[in-house]
Amino acid sequence: MSGRRIFTRPARIAAIAPYLWMALFFLVPFAFVVKISLSQTAIAQPPYLPVFDIGRGWQALKTAFATLSFDNFRLLVSDSLYLSSGLRSLTVAAGATAMLLLIGYPIAYAMARLPRRWQPVAMTLVIVPFWTSFLIRVYAWINILQHDGLLNKILLALHVVSTPVVWLSTDSAMYLGIVYSYLPFMILPLYATLAKIDPALLEAAADLGSSPLKSFWLVTVPLSLPGVGAGVLLCFIPIVGEFVIPDLLAGSDTLMIGQTLWLEFFTNRDWPVASATAVLLLLILLLPLLIYDRFQRRQMGRS
Amino acid sequence: MARPLIRLSRFNIASLALGLAFLYLPIVILVIYSFNASQLVTVWGGWSLRWYSEFFNDQAMLSAAAMSLRVAAVSATLATLLGTLAAVALARGERFKGRTLFSGMLYAPLVMPEVITGLSLLLLFVALGAERGFWTVTIAHTTLTMCFVTVIVQSRLSGVDRSLEEAAMDLGCDPVRAFVSVTLPLIAPAIVAGWMLAFTLSLDDLVIASFTTGPGSATLPIRIYSEVRLGVKPEINAICSLIVGSIAILIVAASLATKLSSARGQNAAPM
Repeated sequence: MSGRRIFTRPARIAAIAPYLWMALFFLVPFAFVVKISLSQTAIAQPPYLPVFDIGRGWQALKTAFATLSFDNFRLLVSDSLYLSSGLRSLTVAAGATAMLLLIGYPIAYAMARLPRRWQPVAMTLVIVPFWTSFLIRVYAWINILQHDGLLNKILLALHVVSTPVVWLSTDSAMYLGIVYSYLPFMILPLYATLAKIDPALLEAAADLGSSPLKSFWLVTVPLSLPGVGAGVLLCFIPIVGEFVIPDLLAGSDTLMIGQTLWLEFFTNRDWPVASATAVLLLLILLLPLLIYDRFQRRQMGRS
Repeated sequence: MARPLIRLSRFNIASLALGLAFLYLPIVILVIYSFNASQLVTVWGGWSLRWYSEFFNDQAMLSAAAMSLRVAAVSATLATLLGTLAAVALARGERFKGRTLFSGMLYAPLVMPEVITGLSLLLLFVALGAERGFWTVTIAHTTLTMCFVTVIVQSRLSGVDRSLEEAAMDLGCDPVRAFVSVTLPLIAPAIVAGWMLAFTLSLDDLVIASFTTGPGSATLPIRIYSEVRLGVKPEINAICSLIVGSIAILIVAASLATKLSSARGQNAAPM
């Protein structure tokens, strides 16, 4: 017990370097996003007018506050492009997360029922694709889905279709790409909770006359809910801001909010609007992030 | 084994098999096509290494690859140092001021959309007047990947029996020395795994690198992305296969190292 207390001081010292690093490169940059989102667009390098310069003293700061511009946010609210891309991000993320849960649960469940010594193997097999890049995995699907790609060839050979189907630049391709890329994120937390369920509980249910299906529904599913929550949030939050997958696989009629941000930044070179879009995206994500944080803390409190 | 035998149903086997096939088939197909001799990506023209030699003669791609490897090596090393320190602080410092903020800053980047991380870092670099290029991308990748290192090392640390360290201290070791000579060897596999994950994450990243890099210093994913937008090219298949292959080798090496050292750890600490 005394060892614990003795170790606290070196642990605090260990925190200094990572603490400063994350404060400077993760926390402070958000202040800049908010600042630029309130400034005016300008044709200059960098392409925005500085709104305020803290170096110029308190008086300058006060006058600057009077001229803060909410124009970018007004634009976000009035132009339907931004609202509809925000809405689309939420619907795509919700739909894809539901699909991930439906596909991931049976796989995680089967993994948890494997013999003990096979479980780490199955887990490694699920993790390995996570180590290969998003870009490559999406690209692999372009290979398969393109006009004269493998999928159309197989469908034509089996006489399922008579002419090649357009797969690329459709929502189905995008959902496929998202489900494919995020599947490990869904399976792993589900597996972690499912593997912890004591088989004796299911035996007890069986002894008391419950059918396997009923025990699954009344014992396994409720006990796996923490894993469901973690998996859903681990997928939902990054999917809302996803850029690569919709950009390469979806059509270009409605953009997701990550694409809108990218477009404003790289194509229109409108940094203030891009920053305002980032603030909007953060606000959209705040609720699930807070839920995730509470969840994390409860998990840590338990362990 | 007292554990009752659970029978796998057909449904279990089918979902596992289909799930793994779904995860692996596209990559397998990609690798097979990379050996295709034909100019047309989708027409099979026999086996050939043509696209690999094409890549090794493509100066722009090669320099992008070199840039990516340099960024990945430096940022993974920095991230491993910082992430391990952070993991130790979180696992061993029971309560310190700002602990909640600290853990929040370390967990948030794991789920934060990359477009936000990338944009915010770019705005910081512009405000600081930093010249964009190798170091800005390296710093950005370090920030992202150290969080993954922290999670991996922390979970391993929480599994290490602390009485070993306390025994070392009872025998006269000071806390730091006890940690370095007892606990550090036990968490070494996690540190190695963390470095490798940081390395591959950096090697893969497109979005954050696009925001934080400058003219003339494109990373490999940035080059691949701009080619892919123009359509599928056999050379890209070859590059992607090379990346997948080297990552597979890294993972096998890492899991072997983990097995080796966990076997050693069990000898050192019989339950």
